[in-house]
Formats: sequence, structure tokens, C-alpha cells
Amino acid sequence: MAGTSGAVVAFEHVTKRYPGGSDQAAVDDLSFTIPAGEICVLVGPSGSGKTTTMKMVNRLIEPTSGRVTIDGTDVMSLPAVELRRKIGYVIQQVGLFPHLTVAENVAVVPRLLRWKPPRIRERVEELLDLVGLDPGTYRDRYPAELSGGERQRVGVVRAMAADPAVMLMDEPFGAVDPIRRDRLQNEFLRLQAKVRKTIVFVTHDVDEAIKMADRIAILQKGGILAQYDTPDAILARPASEFVERFVGADRGLKRLSLGRVQDVPLAEPVIVQAGEPRAEARERLAQHGDLRYALLVDERHRALGWIDPRDLQGDGTVDPTAATPGAPTLERESTLRDALSAMLSSSVQLGVVVDERDAVIGLISVDSIGEVLRAPVGAGSQS
Amino acid sequence: MPSDQPLIQFDWIVNNLGEIGRRLGEHIEMTVIAVVIGFVVSFGLALLIRRYRGLSGPVLAVSGVLYTVPSLALFALLLPFTGLSLLSAEIALVSYTVLILVRNILAGLESVPPDVSEAAVGMGLTASQRLWRIELPIALPVIVAGVRIATVTTIGLVTVTSLIGQGGLGYLIVVVGINQFFATAIYVGALLSVALAVGADLGLLRLQRALTPWSQARAE
Repeated sequence: MAGTSGAVVAFEHVTKRYPGGSDQAAVDDLSFTIPAGEICVLVGPSGSGKTTTMKMVNRLIEPTSGRVTIDGTDVMSLPAVELRRKIGYVIQQVGLFPHLTVAENVAVVPRLLRWKPPRIRERVEELLDLVGLDPGTYRDRYPAELSGGERQRVGVVRAMAADPAVMLMDEPFGAVDPIRRDRLQNEFLRLQAKVRKTIVFVTHDVDEAIKMADRIAILQKGGILAQYDTPDAILARPASEFVERFVGADRGLKRLSLGRVQDVPLAEPVIVQAGEPRAEARERLAQHGDLRYALLVDERHRALGWIDPRDLQGDGTVDPTAATPGAPTLERESTLRDALSAMLSSSVQLGVVVDERDAVIGLISVDSIGEVLRAPVGAGSQS
Repeated sequence: MPSDQPLIQFDWIVNNLGEIGRRLGEHIEMTVIAVVIGFVVSFGLALLIRRYRGLSGPVLAVSGVLYTVPSLALFALLLPFTGLSLLSAEIALVSYTVLILVRNILAGLESVPPDVSEAAVGMGLTASQRLWRIELPIALPVIVAGVRIATVTTIGLVTVTSLIGQGGLGYLIVVVGINQFFATAIYVGALLSVALAVGADLGLLRLQRALTPWSQARAE
């Protein structure tokens, strides 16, 4: 599934002026090309024309001059309705249809394209599975019966339903709280690694841009392209004072956002479970040497908290109530910046790395991140 | 009204069941005709107003003024043109339902959240697909609420049309009851009219709930 199903999206001298508007264009002579299968994040302050630029791809807004092409075809040469059915569209408020069930929402575009009902049903199940929504549970629910994060997931798979080559996402995670946003971003990156769409992603949040982008287009007031490059290159070599100010003084620290937990070698934790003999746990902790604490997990291997060696003394079994909860859990897709921040604010400066099912797969330490920081520009792997 | 008359003469009711049933049927028929025609006209007007925004002011102004005309006066105004006829009665009844329904249909269509409309456009639905598949279903609870008000109002107004020789149950109240000082007919007519209004209101509410299961859905 690693093949690219995306298409090349190109802006060629695209300008948008609104009739009766000021002399300043909303988007001014924009030219850049998004390679197939990449996430291009449009970022900039308000009034920089980032949403306008995105909407010119599916003709919600039409350019005054210049052209937008998808795999070489001018979008203006296709009927707008037909074009839009081939482009996934996700907005911040999600815009799920309240009178349709989850399955019916996802099926909207396939129905417009007159897919056969069995094919639609199969596709809906596949997509819900893909974002971790059990079809049996969620298929027949109405949007009002979903949490914010679940709605956002349905919004994303609805846009992917007819397997479009290009997807437009307008601040798709802007309306969820920071913790859920991080999870949704990670989940979306995992998904994108499988489906390889060409994605035009709008945000005003530089950190989100750095995390999500293969390439970032930084726009400034008046819809002028300030810089278009990979996140690493933009942070290492900002093209102008504007870009430098926009990405922030903490550029060095932001480069941490480019590294993922999965780029760092993980340490093996000393795992203990409730009810196991203390002597055994004590011995394993002693053998490991480097670690001062053992990690208590439940029967499904999910982290419950740290166990101090003092609580492993004497006979008897491991007492789960002695565990100090609050070990920060991180996903492989979490950025090193988030990992560092979580570790610095917890009592034991170790992060617990978990998989999609929250099962522990390893530990990450502040030291191991420091080693990555010392590596030269461009050496950090970029997913 | 003679005071030696018993409040309700049950033998009259039993002897006139046929007539009472006929008047009830007539009442229902006049109501249904008025609401159905009123709905079709209002629906057309609401769609026109949405297409040509400029119409909204004049249409709502005219309908607002019409609504303030007392029903009795409206029937009287129509007499020179259409006489003491069912047509006069229906013209007045339809006018009143239109006033209520146009506003509610528009309010219903405006209740569609902007993000839902934006998603529908962005996903490639045509204007008519958006109207029939998205906007009208979402507007349905508000539209049916309008139909309930219009129906209950019409059931009440039908009794007044007895003054121009129509009237359904109003015939029992006015012609048999008031004109002939016969209390039983007034009670029968009034009670049946109220029962009809309550029944229609509840029936439409149940219909709306059945048509829009999603409107009761809430997060667990």
C-alpha cells in the first residue's frame, strides 16, 4: 500500500482579486508545485490568502488569472461539480450532515458517483476500520451521538470515501483540544503513510505546519508566497525576515518538531505486573542497572505507573497501589518536541512509548533526545 | 337562552350523529385543502425568496399585513368577488396558512448550519441535490412545526367560515347553536373542534419524530 495514489497539484501565476476590493490582491502571482503524494501545508497570518489559495483547487473560488492544474489538467476545464467529487474536502467544523448516519455521511460522494450499494457498504466498513471506529458500533449513529474527535475522524474518511487523488483540509484539527489534536494528527500521518494522497492543508499554527508538512508554503499579507520548502530547510534557512519572525525565535527548538519518537532508539523498560513476586521484580530491576524505576502495566500491557525500588523490598507480591501514576505516554508519531515537553513536566523524566492500542513498546529519555539535537541540519529523518 | 333547557341533550346527539359526522368530515376536508394548498404555495414562495433574495422583504411585508386583518373582515372583503362560497372560505384560509408557512419554511432552511452547506458544496452536490438531500431534510423539524401551527389555526378558523355559509363544525356552533339558542350543538361543535385540533397537532408531532429520528439523537 506504499504506492502513491496522489496527483501533482500546480499553481501557475495564480492571482485572485475580488471585484470592488482594495488594490491589494487576495492572492498575488502564486506559483508552486506540490509533488504527488505529499502534504503541502499553507500557513500564514490572517489575510495571507491561505484558504483562498486552497479553495481555488476545487473551484469554490476561481482565480482571476493564472491556472491551477491537477496532473496537468486545468481545474477550470472541468465542470465544478464533477471536479469537487474527485477532491476530498475537510473543514474545521467538519460539517457532517446531521440527518444522515455515519455510514450515510461517508457514502455521500460514492452515491453521487453511482457506485453499487455493496461496493459502497464495503468501502464504508473499510474506512471506519481505518480510523479505529468499529463499524458495528458507529455505522448507524448520528453525528449528534459522536464526540468531537469521532466527528473529525468521520469527516476525514468521508472526504476519502471515493479515493480522491487530492484532498483539501482547512484547519481540520482546529476545533479539538490540544491533546486530542495531537492524537488526530498522529493518526492522520499514519493514514497518509498508507494512502499517499496529495494533500493541501491550511493552518495558522506554525507548529502544526512543521509537524504535518512534507512541504510548507508560507504566505504573507496580500497572498504573496514568502517561502516554499521543506520544514527542515525553512527552519534552518528562513528566506526572509518575515519568515524568520513567523516561524519564531525558537527555531532551533522547533527543529525538534521534525524528529519523531520513532527516530530515537528506545530503551527497554523493566516491566512488572500486579500480583507478581516482589523478589523477581527486584532482581530484574537490579540486572538492568540503568533504570531506577520499574514500570507497572495491566494485563493488556498498558502503563499504570512507576514503581519505586523501595516498594519492591521484602516478600509478597507487587502492590499496584504503590505505583506513581502520570508517566507521560507518547506515540511513535509524536514529535520529539512534544516528547521532551511531556518528560520535563513529569516527575520521572522518562516517556513511555505506546502503540495504537496503548500497549507499552519502550521508553524514551531526555538524554536520547539530546543526542538527536546534536546531529547536523538535515540529518533528522522527515516522514 | 332558555334556562329550563338541560345543558346537553344526549338524545339530540344520538339522533343527529349522521349530521355531526358530516360536519366533522367537512371540517377536516376544508382544513386539509387549506393546509395542502397553503403548503404548496408557501413552498414555492420560499424557494423563490431563496433564489431572489430581494423578494424576501415585499413577500414577508405583504404576508405580515394580511395576517393582521381580522379573519371576519377578510371573509367580508371577499364576498363581493366570490360570494358565500367554499371558494371564499378557502381563499381566506389558504392566505392565513401561507403567512405562517412561508416564514417557517424560510426559517427551517436558514437553520441549516453554514458548515454543513459549505461541506455539501465542497463535496460536489448540485444546487438541487443540496436542497432535496441536505437542506430540506434538515429544515424538516422547523417546517413541520409550522405545519402544526397552520393546521391548528386553520381548524379554528374553519368554524368562523360558518358566517359565509360554510363552516364544518362551525355550522353546528353558529347556525344550530347560537342562532337557535341550542347549547348542546355549541358544546358538540366546540368540543369536536378542540379535539380535532389537539389530535392533528399530536399526529403531526409524531409524524415529524418518525421522519426525523436524528433530531432526537444525543451523545451518550
